[in-house]
Amino acid sequence: MKRAIHDYLVFLQRCGHIAFVGDWRYYLWMGALSAVCLLGLNAYAKQLAHGLITTGMSDQVSWGVYIANFTFLVGVAAAAVMMVIPVYIYDNEELHDLVIFGELLAVATILMCLAFVTVDLGRPDRFWHLIPGLGQLNFPASMLSWDVIVLNGYLLLNVHICGYLLYCRYRGRKPSKWFYIPFVFVAIGWAVSIHTVTAFLYVGLGGRPFWNSSIVGPRFIASAFTAGPALIILALQIIRHITAYHITDRALLTLRSIVQVSMLINVFLLVNEVFKEFYTGNSEASSQYLYVGLHGYHALVPWIWTAISFNLVAMFLLVLPVSRSLKWLNLTCVLCIAGIWIEKGMGLVIPGFIPTPLGQMVEYSPSLNETLICLGIWAFGLLCYTVFLRMSVPILQGRLSRANEPLPGAAAAGS
Amino acid sequence: MSLPASILNQDPSAPGADMSRRSFLRTSAVLASGLAALAASLSPLRELDDQLSLERFVQKYYKELTPDEMAQVLKRIEREVEKEYGIRPHVRDLKPMDGVEFVYALNLTRCIGCRKCVHACVEENNQSRTPEIQYIRVLRMPHGSLDIEKAEHNYAPESVPEKGYFYMPVQCQQCKNPPCVKVCPVHATWQETDGITVVDYDWCIGCRYCEAACPYWARRFNFTRPSIPKERINPEMAYLGNRPRRMGVMEKCHFCIQRTRVGRYPACLEVCPAGARKFGNILDPSSEVAYILRTKRVFIQLKEDLGTSPRFFYYFDV
Repeated sequence: MKRAIHDYLVFLQRCGHIAFVGDWRYYLWMGALSAVCLLGLNAYAKQLAHGLITTGMSDQVSWGVYIANFTFLVGVAAAAVMMVIPVYIYDNEELHDLVIFGELLAVATILMCLAFVTVDLGRPDRFWHLIPGLGQLNFPASMLSWDVIVLNGYLLLNVHICGYLLYCRYRGRKPSKWFYIPFVFVAIGWAVSIHTVTAFLYVGLGGRPFWNSSIVGPRFIASAFTAGPALIILALQIIRHITAYHITDRALLTLRSIVQVSMLINVFLLVNEVFKEFYTGNSEASSQYLYVGLHGYHALVPWIWTAISFNLVAMFLLVLPVSRSLKWLNLTCVLCIAGIWIEKGMGLVIPGFIPTPLGQMVEYSPSLNETLICLGIWAFGLLCYTVFLRMSVPILQGRLSRANEPLPGAAAAGS
Repeated sequence: MSLPASILNQDPSAPGADMSRRSFLRTSAVLASGLAALAASLSPLRELDDQLSLERFVQKYYKELTPDEMAQVLKRIEREVEKEYGIRPHVRDLKPMDGVEFVYALNLTRCIGCRKCVHACVEENNQSRTPEIQYIRVLRMPHGSLDIEKAEHNYAPESVPEKGYFYMPVQCQQCKNPPCVKVCPVHATWQETDGITVVDYDWCIGCRYCEAACPYWARRFNFTRPSIPKERINPEMAYLGNRPRRMGVMEKCHFCIQRTRVGRYPACLEVCPAGARKFGNILDPSSEVAYILRTKRVFIQLKEDLGTSPRFFYYFDV
């Protein structure tokens, strides 16, 4: 037992060490990310000192880009398991090792999600009120309490699966199926649940007709399973480029077919929504504000039409054979990600507040300080993902393993 | 997102063994400048010095405070208010009375849209003045329509009432089925037995989910440190009522708990020059509100179709 703990600590220590070692380009990249993180931290310190008045939010539009980014990223995290399904259910060997990259992305995005909700809190010092036993978690009535549980659960699940598989690889052992296969299947169901629960956060509000619609949940899932794998396609190519880690084109094309189907469903659901709102001629005020403008206010109109055109162009590219070439596929993925990011933020969170339930028109745009905090959290997420890859790629390639542990550690273990 | 080439492709074998003088100095310099940058980025937090207190951090949930603990907390709040505003307040933890369920009735025929209720409420309930937080919003509605989409919030004529309009003040409707209570992730807001939905200002985490859930836009958030001129403090305070709030928490109309739970009328009612506002115990058949709901031919609950079942009724002189 003592021995096992010691071995594990050596593993952690070596992983920790390697995160701080690299060539000048690695230091440059990590240094730049750290600098943006610090800028964000500084902006957050200002927000803590002066309150959320430093943001563009108001009593009228009481959630903004923090919650918008949160919503988008929950989708990305959920979609990371879209790589798991082909591997474990259809035995697609092509994607086998890549699952770990997907799940590490899920871990990094969940960390970003938690950061985004934390910066949105007026009293982050009271976070302990959410801890069951210590505080007063309003479970199961509040959908936010569900979100707290499913997000943290998903984080633990993925940390366990990645951590276990990587440690086995490090030790040169075959992973014991009972130790991770059940968790993988739980994680697949759980992934759908995190995004469904996040959708229900909005759907559950009867006083906001724009959100209180049964199509929001399905659209969340469809758009997440578009943007998530699209992001992974880009990330895998970057990994392949930088690390000479072998990733086949066929693996990328498998992901392309996931993006393809999800985007078709997403656009189909969008058509349903727009038809329902506008054909009858008595469309809901927030929808009018979003798509065509209302009472002379139309800040979101260019955004949503940009998102819709991105999605449509991406959909056509995806169904055409041209997106089998990586150049076009990458362009398509960028369009998907940008389109859906706008759709989830500017297209879903913000218009739900405009007009207010009392019919007041107050628009929203994020402040500089708020934007810096967002950039800081994105940099933090990239920093985490880079570190995870820095640790896991050498392990998967067999360059960082028990076999090449430095001698002093082995001697200490023997004594 | 683009990583420079080959940064992740380093040889992982650890160089740690031969830490030369030079590399030691370099590591220390990097570490020191990193810590300095961290400290600099956190420097705005110094302004929070006077806001931090261990007592407040570990403050228990309202419903878990024993009477002794509550007495302590009330004393602490009195001390804090005196320190901050130079006036010794009288803070009480007023409980709901048995056999009482409060109901509000507002006569739309009489309301003239003068907004006196809005300002009396701010005076009474120690709301922040800059920025000003108001619990009551008076809507100017075009003649003949109850469609809230047509409401004008910022009307400012020479004098009221104006021809062709009627006025509809909206504040917390004290729903029987309050969406705000359901969504709160930490039970920081709840409905008391007398029908008043209250907020534990010391328990709210400031997520603003209740604000998104409220169909009446009745909740307000302290986006910054509330500021109230010392001479405007109302020293007669209740724990779940008008005691001064802090930055980052929600607040809302609580039917003037500090008045109504000791048998007085809410401030908005007392100030109304038109006699449009009626308040009382619906469980008492001889109360004015019971009489109104019994005899008026038409009264409405705002957004009745949402199933929130407000304890706030609008009626007409017909």
